[in-house]
Amino acid sequence: MGGAAHWWLEVVLRLVVILGFFLVVPLLVGQMEHKAMAHMQGRLGPMEAGGFHGWAQLIADGVKFAQKEAVVPADADRTVFQLAPAVALLPYLVALVVVPIGPGTQVGVALDLGLFFVLAVMGVGVLGTLMGGWASANKYSLLGGIRTAAQLMAYELPMLLSAASVGMAAGTLSLSGIVDKWQWWWLPWQLIGAFVFFVSGLAELQRPPFDMPVADSEIIFGAYTEYTGLRFAFFLLAEYAGIVLLCLLTTVLFLGGWHGPFSAHLGWLWTVLKTLVLSFVVIWLRVSYPRLREDQLMRFAWTALIPLALAQLAITGVVRVL
Amino acid sequence: MTSELDRSAAVEKGAVEKSAQEKSAADPAAGRGFPGAGLVKGLATTFKTMTRPAHTVQYPDQPPELPPRTRGVIALVEENCTVCMLCARECPDWCIYIDSHKETVPAPPGGGRDRTRNVLDRFAIDFSLCMYCGICIEVCPFDALEWSPEFEYAEFDIKDLLHEKDRLREWFFTVPAPVALDPGAEEPKEIAAAQKAADKQLAAQKAAEIVALADAGTDGEAEGEG
Repeated sequence: MGGAAHWWLEVVLRLVVILGFFLVVPLLVGQMEHKAMAHMQGRLGPMEAGGFHGWAQLIADGVKFAQKEAVVPADADRTVFQLAPAVALLPYLVALVVVPIGPGTQVGVALDLGLFFVLAVMGVGVLGTLMGGWASANKYSLLGGIRTAAQLMAYELPMLLSAASVGMAAGTLSLSGIVDKWQWWWLPWQLIGAFVFFVSGLAELQRPPFDMPVADSEIIFGAYTEYTGLRFAFFLLAEYAGIVLLCLLTTVLFLGGWHGPFSAHLGWLWTVLKTLVLSFVVIWLRVSYPRLREDQLMRFAWTALIPLALAQLAITGVVRVL
Repeated sequence: MTSELDRSAAVEKGAVEKSAQEKSAADPAAGRGFPGAGLVKGLATTFKTMTRPAHTVQYPDQPPELPPRTRGVIALVEENCTVCMLCARECPDWCIYIDSHKETVPAPPGGGRDRTRNVLDRFAIDFSLCMYCGICIEVCPFDALEWSPEFEYAEFDIKDLLHEKDRLREWFFTVPAPVALDPGAEEPKEIAAAQKAADKQLAAQKAAEIVALADAGTDGEAEGEG
């Protein structure tokens, strides 16, 4: 009896911590984007909200979004349209459950098929955008949705191949198992894979320079054109949650997760730190590079990333056999 | 490789101009270096910008640093105005309104006749029409109009942008002193003329002094001899 209560308490506690992480870290990354992007462009960014350097800007934005009217276009497929933001946002929360933050039990659910599960669920997130694009009854939304789908097709393959390379190297699909096996020399060994994984992850999240599906100068805001209020905010939150999850996964798979000085006690801190540094890189790339054209986007995936991912697989295989 | 060969061939031919052209054509490719160097350069640029202070100013909290001779608003010194109407006539969009009447000044006690003079009743500038060309200020013969750097006079209603002479007068107190000339600049005409006159006077004075001294010298010599 007492054991069962204890078990339930632990499950609830873990979920609450993960939910807190899910709600706080994406906002942190969003705020970092505001400030880092501004300073990279010689500006200051938000300075008013909350008093100190605009720290409450995103909270203010959230309040603003909550106050806005939720409009559903007359010709839209109402159910799909209203469901899409949740489909976009929730997979990232679900994926977060199996990603280990620290050594041992510092993970929501230690799944043996963790890597497989995370990649499958991340793919579902893109489905939300596709649903929004189709259900909006707007040609720009539809174009955006189709571009998203094309991008998903093109970039999912190199992402899976490079992730498979790590799984092959570690001999396990458990995320905790991969980090446990990780050695420093995996860094040069899996370098190409890390590059391919990170870049195709960016493309899957439609982050610049791969933001063709939301190219505002061509198709307004792609699949999100018709969204207002909280639903729109959910899509935006999904984007930042996606960044966090991508950076977290890259950390866990390629950068050794919690490995670092004092990792026995401060392992989780190392994971979070590496994730935030990678998030900064995501923002940095956004500020530095212009958007790729649709054909360049496709050519890059099929002629550069997929051969690179295959080469990484070959290298991993050769080293494993030796 | 080929561009280098071309260049050497061109130099051999002695076609200097052509070689320069080829070099400039080959340069962009040469500057790119290894593939991806441009991408790294882009990242370096944004990072460098991030470490430097921002170019923007937190305006309401921090007053902007306006350049001298900022064209903020047109100010009026009422006393200098003779109602000559030059400004109102030259104004391209007719935004200056002037009303005046004539007053008779009685003849001075020594004799003569009564004089009339213009008295300014109203001087208004409609800043919703004004295009800030500054022709009125240029054309004013008595320096009654000046540029003031004041710019915070937005209104909620466009009608409220018609400002009368008392407001224009207030702005005059914000007119800064004239900017100092650049080092090595030519002197203003007036100063140059005055300087020339002063120099002339000084030279004349010196000449007079020399003459006086010479006179005194000859006097002394005469005395000594005597």
